[in-house]
Amino acid sequence: MKEAQEIFDILKEKFGESVIEINTETPVEPIITVHPLKIHEIGEFLRTNEDLYFDSLMNLSGVDDANGEKVKDDQEFDTISGGTLSVYYHLHSVKHNHKITLKVSTGREKPEVESVESVWKCADWHEREAYDMFGIIFLNHPDLRRILMPYDWEEGSYPLRKDYKNPEFYKGMKVPY
Amino acid sequence: MSIKTEELVLNMGPQHPSTHGVLRLELQIEGEVVRKVTPHIGYLHRCFEKHAEAMTYPQVIPYTDRMDYLASMYNNFGYVLGVEKLMGIEVPERVQYIRVIMGELQRIASHMVALGTYGLDIGAFTPFLYLFRDREKILSLFEMTCGARLLYNYMWVGGLSHDIHPDFVRLTKEFITYFRPNIKEINDLLTFNKIFVDRTANIGILPVDTAINYGITGPNLRASGFKFDLRKNDPYSIYDRFDFDIPVGEGMVGTVGDCWDRFYVRVLEMEQSLKIVEQAIDQIPEGDVQSAIPKRIKPPVGTIYQRVENPRGELGYFIISDGTLNPFRVKVRAPSFVNMMILDELSRGHLVADIVAILGSIDIVLGEIDR
Repeated sequence: MKEAQEIFDILKEKFGESVIEINTETPVEPIITVHPLKIHEIGEFLRTNEDLYFDSLMNLSGVDDANGEKVKDDQEFDTISGGTLSVYYHLHSVKHNHKITLKVSTGREKPEVESVESVWKCADWHEREAYDMFGIIFLNHPDLRRILMPYDWEEGSYPLRKDYKNPEFYKGMKVPY
Repeated sequence: MSIKTEELVLNMGPQHPSTHGVLRLELQIEGEVVRKVTPHIGYLHRCFEKHAEAMTYPQVIPYTDRMDYLASMYNNFGYVLGVEKLMGIEVPERVQYIRVIMGELQRIASHMVALGTYGLDIGAFTPFLYLFRDREKILSLFEMTCGARLLYNYMWVGGLSHDIHPDFVRLTKEFITYFRPNIKEINDLLTFNKIFVDRTANIGILPVDTAINYGITGPNLRASGFKFDLRKNDPYSIYDRFDFDIPVGEGMVGTVGDCWDRFYVRVLEMEQSLKIVEQAIDQIPEGDVQSAIPKRIKPPVGTIYQRVENPRGELGYFIISDGTLNPFRVKVRAPSFVNMMILDELSRGHLVADIVAILGSIDIVLGEIDR
């Protein structure tokens, strides 16, 4: 069993600059922030290393940090420009019974994160959901389609973003009716 | 000379009795043999996570009821535990005991539906009626406690919506003595029935390392022979005070991790839940169930991932608080959502009729897959 700080030190030594920081100030659980294009490599290391052995990905969730600048569009509607979208990974080791939370942040304009689908199979649908709801592109994901929303949902329209605007029409039909 | 064959695409659902709701399976079949299954979900999507961002913390609780509608109590349980941990609330003993009792009764009720409808899928109609007759008794206990039979909104942050009825303890004890022999009846009627065993043994075998990599939890993981239950391995509430076993699949009539094992683990789990309720019901301390409910529910800035052992597996709530009255983000890790992913792996190479048996044995609830 290892504490978050020890895991952070191991990762820092192995990956250097790709492991950005550890935040223990947030109450309840510490979070390690890593680089979005190194998450696959780090995930593979975490899963295979004997001392860490994080064999189960409990949860993967996209989050809109909404830390960008608020601007009004031409219809006087608030949109967010700049800032970041994040992905949180909650890992658990069944063997050692320890947990850790990883976080990656990526730019809102071009959100790209490496997929961990080949490390933990269960990331497959979770990543599709994060893509569906936030538009986060998971590089090297084998089947990145919408999952909860209809397949023909409007391009570039991601419902869980904080500046999402309810559409007036869906395929030419007025909503609500 | 050989006959030229090609793969055929067959749609199962969205309106199909064996899909337990609105789920569409796209089967690629070669003759009668299934080569690939692609599940299409989202028909029941009700924007839970978007709604939650516009609600205050207590207002989210009724929405959690509607995700896994067969285990609403447990959905409340996970959410309130998460918010309580975020706020650092100590919950009175009485509340803890009542929550565990309700949670375990809910687990029994949920497994009754799972087992009953599984029999129905396979073609056995009678056990379904018997199980629903008994489930009715649990629902009556819930109705007596909080007025609702399916969607309870019973567990609140810091407490409960109502104290238990004065007759609750007596009637629960009566239910335990009434139901225990009925488990044997289910075994006689269905579990060890030759036709049922032939349909389910050695079908859809799930090896344990595949299960862990796919994130499979709950009875499905335990049926593969892996002893992992959050009530023991990552205890929450007061589960560490009770004495109970974790049943695992042993491959009694087939191979470890087949459909029959997944069924039988649920039967055994009902017995263990009865055992927990039996221990807890005698120990309920006196107290006020609403004394710890805060006037204003406004957690500090922070994040929490709280997981509990739902009847279907690990139910996780990832809550981000930005220090206001509304949650910044609530993400639900629904057990059925993750368990559903394994379907393709399990189904390949089986017959079309076996897909019904495999899907039923995973025990999905579409309400929580689509949220």
